[in-house]
Amino acid sequence: MTIMTRSAVHKRSTTDRIRKNVVSGRLSAVLILLPPALILFSLFVILPLVDAAYYSGFSWNGYGSPSDFVGTENYRRLLDHSVFHTALWNTAKLILVSLLVQMPLALGLALLVYRRTPTNTLFRLVFFLPYILAEVAAGLIWSFVFDGDYGITAMMFQALGEDSVYVLSDHQWAFPAIMTVIVWKYFGFHMMIYIAALQGVPNDLVEAARLEGARPRQIAWFVQIPMIKHALVVSGFFAIIGSLQIFDIIIPMTNGGPSNSTHTIVTYLYSFGLSRLNIGFGSAAAVVLFVLAIAIAFFYQRNTTREGQA
Amino acid sequence: MIAFNRPDCGHMVRRNLVAAIAVASVLGSVAAVADSSVRVLRVEVSDIEKQYYNDVVAEYEAQHPDVDVEFEYIANEAYKTRLPTLLQSDLRPDIYYSWGGEGLRDQVEAGFVRDLTEPMQEGWKELYPESAVSAFTLDGRVYGAPLYATVVGFWVNTALTDQAGIDVEALKTWQDLEAAVAALKDKGITPVVVGAKDGWPMHFYWGALATRLAGGDGIEAARNGENGGFTGDAFVRAGEMLQEFAQLEPFQSGFMSTTYERASAMFGDGEAALHLMGDWDYLPSRERSVSGEGVPDENLEFIAFPTVAEGAGNTHSFGGMNGFAVTRGASDEAIDFLRFLLNEENQREAARRGIFVPVAHGSEEELLTPYARRAADILAESTFHQVFLDQALGTSVGATVNDISADLAQGVTTPEEAAERVEEAWQFR
Repeated sequence: MTIMTRSAVHKRSTTDRIRKNVVSGRLSAVLILLPPALILFSLFVILPLVDAAYYSGFSWNGYGSPSDFVGTENYRRLLDHSVFHTALWNTAKLILVSLLVQMPLALGLALLVYRRTPTNTLFRLVFFLPYILAEVAAGLIWSFVFDGDYGITAMMFQALGEDSVYVLSDHQWAFPAIMTVIVWKYFGFHMMIYIAALQGVPNDLVEAARLEGARPRQIAWFVQIPMIKHALVVSGFFAIIGSLQIFDIIIPMTNGGPSNSTHTIVTYLYSFGLSRLNIGFGSAAAVVLFVLAIAIAFFYQRNTTREGQA
Repeated sequence: MIAFNRPDCGHMVRRNLVAAIAVASVLGSVAAVADSSVRVLRVEVSDIEKQYYNDVVAEYEAQHPDVDVEFEYIANEAYKTRLPTLLQSDLRPDIYYSWGGEGLRDQVEAGFVRDLTEPMQEGWKELYPESAVSAFTLDGRVYGAPLYATVVGFWVNTALTDQAGIDVEALKTWQDLEAAVAALKDKGITPVVVGAKDGWPMHFYWGALATRLAGGDGIEAARNGENGGFTGDAFVRAGEMLQEFAQLEPFQSGFMSTTYERASAMFGDGEAALHLMGDWDYLPSRERSVSGEGVPDENLEFIAFPTVAEGAGNTHSFGGMNGFAVTRGASDEAIDFLRFLLNEENQREAARRGIFVPVAHGSEEELLTPYARRAADILAESTFHQVFLDQALGTSVGATVNDISADLAQGVTTPEEAAERVEEAWQFR
């Protein structure tokens, strides 16, 4: 009985709501405003995705329409390919270095320069400068820095009277060099997020802590960082998604070399899919990248929002 | 959501931009008033070469007032990635630049290329040597016509080899080369410079060695899966020889981070005695050198790639064969123009201007520099001209060949593994 009434009430409220929306014009607003967005989204996001998933089942070089259906062969080859393993591991390293080196560095600097003074403004600008540079330009600049023949590295070693080193052609050091550049390139961006958040921390909390006798490090650790947790969560998300997308810096620095040891998933996709005209194979890599990105984004959002609510 | 696709979108934007520019320029050319138009797509070239095409077009248009010919240029890498899309669009050119080989085969099999067998019968094919036409021949049908050939050999700085007491004239075999490397190292001279960062310059070693060892027939047989395909003895041996050579440490330090351009400049600056490169590097190397003078002519030699013991391809040459193909649906005027562009007189003119080593019989007489003539001689003496493996085997297998060549030179793979990787890429092309 009670159940029936409740469902009846529920039903009535639903129809009421629809009727109210129709009368208030909200429904027509939805009908008018939603389709353009939906069409654009399906046309430029969903459709290419479905296309890529479809192509990934074919051995196809981009000529004509795909006809040589190979099933899951592209995925099998992809997962067996040692260069793909390297690319995955490199991408993981980028995520780790972004989270464990770049973010703490950015946070530390943000804590030093967040107050509004002219000197701080200058430092903020200097720290933010790398982020303003175009990625390709930054990659080229650093390939010059690391150059063992004519670059800054060469000059340093010549001044010391030593044989020059060739960082970017060294299997062991090429990727650490890239990671350094990526930290250098993006820490300013994260620092800016933290500065904005730190400036929003009520000053009386900091004052109160200081009156209680807290030292600056304790204030940062127990007051400021907990207060900007939301900013840390957002910047962490950007750091992870950004790491999955790294491409423009690697191409001018090493182009994935030496011996394909510095590929990320995206440069791998580009070299082995697009430049080699293996569109089917490249699509399979793209699908894997997409699934990874979605999975990470989903888990990250779910876990961090849950923490945020608690 | 859109954020995840950002890198892809970035490419697409850039690639689309290239396409848009191509489309816009092509559209612009269509607008010119003429009864019929012929659009030619060419990889970006030097201004001298563009001027050459402009002159040829002007002459042709003067003879055929009703035909309008337009040349379009796209940068090398963009050309390779855009071509499949362009050929499938309504904006496909009538004539396009081609390297022959597997790339052309893909285009032919997809039905984009006009068969030139019949038109070339009528006294056209005879202008060129057999090997030039065969680069564009698939299963007995001709799908393209040659423009110029390139040949890979060692550029030698004799000022440096003389210091090490090396007789360049007597440098004929692979053992001679290895001995020369040792002698140069003893004198503290960098024996060889290579632009390995670009991949393809290192592929010259593996490719030329494979050509020497297996011969053109052996490579053809490997393509057909005979004698174990690319895992056959000759290809493993090519890897072994490259690896043994690399163990002598003949290359400049940090060779994996040197581009072709820099290697070419370093040779021009006299920083190394040898440079395995195409015959085209004469002017580029000079222009890229610090002085702008390069290695003086009296100290510069261009020699053929050394022969190897028991090589089936010791009389073969290794290099490029570049030409044009005509798209299906292109007008007969397009074929007529192509025939005009590639006729003997225009080939001679290209030689006279020193643009490239043309292929038409007799046109090498016009070549100005001894180096271009040397290249022409190597081609003339050769019984088979093997096209670069990174082109003959198609984009994908070619990239693998470049990769394994660099890996072998660095000693991070074994010759057997390298050969298997090529075979695997060939199977899955």
